[in-house]
Amino acid sequence: MDDLISDFLVESNENLDRLDSELVKLETDPASQELLSSIFRTIHTIKGSCGFLGFSKLEKVAHVGESLLSRLREGKLSLSPEFTTGLLAMVDAIRSMLGEIQKTGQDGNETYPELIETLTKLQDQGQVPALKPIPAPPMQEEIANRNQADFMQDVLANAATQPKDVPRTDSAAGALNEPPPASVHAAPEESPAANPHPQEESKASNVPGETIRVDVHLLDRLMNLVGELVLTRNQITQFSARQTDPNLVSPAQQLNLLTSELQEEVMKTRMQPISTIFDKFPRVVRDVAMGCGKQVSIEMMGKDTELDKSLLEAIKDPLTHIVRNSVDHGIETPELRVARGKRAEGHLKLRACHEGGQVVIEISDDGAGIDTSRVKNKALERGLITPQQAVVMSERELLNLIFLPGFSTAEKITNLSGRGVGMDVVKTNIDRVNGSVDIHSAMGSGTTIKIKIPLTLAIVPALVVVCAGERFAIPQVSLCELVRIEADAANSKIEFVHGVPVYRLRGRLLPLVYLDQALHLERTAESAALLGAAATIVVLQADDRQFGLVVDEIIDTEEIVVKPLGKKLKGVKIFAGATIMGDGRVALIIDVLGLAQEANIVSEVRSRNVSSHEENTKAEEKGTNRQALLLIQVGEQGRMAIPLDLVARLEVFASSAVEHSGFQNVTQYRGEIMPLVRVSDILQISAEERDSNDPVQVVVYSEKGRRVGLVVDGILDIVEENVVIQNPSQRDGIRGSMVIQSRVTDLLDIPAIVRSAQINFDHEQAPVEELVSA
Amino acid sequence: MTQQFCTFFLDGYVFGVQVEQVREVIRYQEMTRVPLVPAVVRGLINLRGQIITAIDLRRRLGMKDLPTGQLPMNVVVRTEDGAISFLVDEIGDVIEVQDDTFEPVPETLQGPAREVVHGVHKLPGRLMLVLDIERAVNPRDLNGHIV
Repeated sequence: MDDLISDFLVESNENLDRLDSELVKLETDPASQELLSSIFRTIHTIKGSCGFLGFSKLEKVAHVGESLLSRLREGKLSLSPEFTTGLLAMVDAIRSMLGEIQKTGQDGNETYPELIETLTKLQDQGQVPALKPIPAPPMQEEIANRNQADFMQDVLANAATQPKDVPRTDSAAGALNEPPPASVHAAPEESPAANPHPQEESKASNVPGETIRVDVHLLDRLMNLVGELVLTRNQITQFSARQTDPNLVSPAQQLNLLTSELQEEVMKTRMQPISTIFDKFPRVVRDVAMGCGKQVSIEMMGKDTELDKSLLEAIKDPLTHIVRNSVDHGIETPELRVARGKRAEGHLKLRACHEGGQVVIEISDDGAGIDTSRVKNKALERGLITPQQAVVMSERELLNLIFLPGFSTAEKITNLSGRGVGMDVVKTNIDRVNGSVDIHSAMGSGTTIKIKIPLTLAIVPALVVVCAGERFAIPQVSLCELVRIEADAANSKIEFVHGVPVYRLRGRLLPLVYLDQALHLERTAESAALLGAAATIVVLQADDRQFGLVVDEIIDTEEIVVKPLGKKLKGVKIFAGATIMGDGRVALIIDVLGLAQEANIVSEVRSRNVSSHEENTKAEEKGTNRQALLLIQVGEQGRMAIPLDLVARLEVFASSAVEHSGFQNVTQYRGEIMPLVRVSDILQISAEERDSNDPVQVVVYSEKGRRVGLVVDGILDIVEENVVIQNPSQRDGIRGSMVIQSRVTDLLDIPAIVRSAQINFDHEQAPVEELVSA
Repeated sequence: MTQQFCTFFLDGYVFGVQVEQVREVIRYQEMTRVPLVPAVVRGLINLRGQIITAIDLRRRLGMKDLPTGQLPMNVVVRTEDGAISFLVDEIGDVIEVQDDTFEPVPETLQGPAREVVHGVHKLPGRLMLVLDIERAVNPRDLNGHIV
């Protein structure tokens, strides 16, 4: 295509995007001459250029728009929603004509007579019948906004302005499929000749000469090369660590630093602010809200949060979908809102920020919220869950049902959403880029959807593990913690539920997956020797489930460059790709979600079998008096509960740390002397036989700034329960008993115990002697 | 018309692929095995930063494995889906053949070889089997031959 035309297309598409947001802004601030002039200028530029290039149909459409705008500018007409709608329709028409030019080089056969007529009428009388909307081009063809003054943004915006007919791909490498953009040239300013008011030049425009446009392929290649450099650097660093010759060691260190810096800078070139997506939303919200007769205002925060271009591409459609959904389903009609005592205008809030190496995007509305009982009924009706499952599902699990394929709670299907495809696509798209979606909703007050995505896909921190002699990389985003069980304890610590291995992680059962079994790895004699030895558990998070992956050895954490597997191997869900390690060998990257699915940790339809433990606590969730309780062991058999909010800390002291002061056992704790009270003594329960050298388990209780340590015989669990005391006790120190986890458990009366230990908290400055001798 | 073929040996047979399809020939590389995939996929190799899947042609053709201790060579070819490495016993010469020495494989050839051998060039004193590389790496076929 002619260079002139392609320049025109790039420039016009950018301008059109700005028009969208400016028109919506103008609606809220109709008096702004600056906005009006800028809009006028843009249309005028487009009109001028297409006259010059011979696109007469396009010129005609732009012309009526321009005349209308000039009347507005002169103050002969005042802006009304009909005007904005008409002008937005014109923008859409111009956009689709530009699309046509891009494809065929001609401005097409569509002449938009209706639109021209409407705009002319508006010009004459300022009032028209409702306008038939012109179908907006699909989101993928929409283009990034150039309205930023930053160099990189400009470069990348150029990349993004290339229309993408190719389906969006999910990885950085996928960007290579895009058609080559125009060659490098200076950032176009609005040409002065076409600009009737150069003195009103928008304050946001760029300084010429500070930016250049760069082919996005070049950036991708650069990124790949830097990836290679990082790997080579790793190899050299590993080698030089074993050398002593300063002639090698110091340049190697220098290389290390330079490479890291280079990597960071090149990564930045691929970063784009999220405003490239956010800036489209005012228009989307306006259109959807008008379409369903609602009033919605939108607030956006953290628009300059940057993330990798390929990720932006990947989240654009899901975000748009969520925003549409919020307006269409979430926010109520003005009448209903007023009836419910809310402001007639709904409020949609978008917030983006960086949080711990991830980008967090929150979309919250102040609408009706999600009715989980309706979700439940719908899911039952559609057969997505069984009635048995429905009974035991928590609110959170119910909410997550909306991510299932084929789910929609909209009572009536609208044009915009409610066709039952949607949230599952959102979830799939976000999963694909290693992100997560979380949903919170409160009936009557709104819904918040929280999306977390990694900053970049190309280079990720990973944990390198060894299993059966092979190395594997596990992306650190999924990593929760590492647990090591020593060889002698391994047999007793790993227990079996009907043959399925589990580990008690702080009282909760953690299902275990053996990596060698999951991958059917054969063990050589050498690696088989490791089997009986200590076990290392990598605790991983998949969706909202945790599981433990048992591996032979943990090597290190390393920045790895993710490389896609060949198409031949794409079918294997457990692997997310491969990477080249410091020694030049290839290691496979484990896809934690895929592994969890293969191992049935997370079932594919995400309908979870609630574990029996949770079942107990969740079945009673509807109760009001729920309290977190710490379960402790007192004496040999005694099972007792302490309300968790009375517990300051749990500590373990070596027996040598227990000292005596008068009759009282004490220990030094945080610079003070803390009295220790053995619960079994107070309650006169025969204490468990124990070695006097065993460490003591202590529940620290604090009152009025003083602490007392309650010595117990074991910490069992933390549960959430309805506190219903069934058998009020006459005994001092026990409030009564209740059933927890289908066992009778005594609820301790801590203040009474402390009283009976004759520790007096009333005198705030009570000297230690008094405490012990009282 | 003449064509150039890169030849290699498998279990005593001479095979050939068109020179244009061959990216490079390299000696044995250490491989990272890939669990849960058909056995014809021997592993992944690092070719100057690019990760390439290595396919064992002996297994693909239903032949016995190389005796242990004998290391195969890599013939890296270009396929529609990017580079793939074929593991072969030994590399032969690049030879020039005339179109008129070509003949399709006889009907009596059956089994996996039938799928991947495109035809035969009659060379003086021996036959060169022409490999259809796209068929040789077809994942559907690969899955059909889990050894």
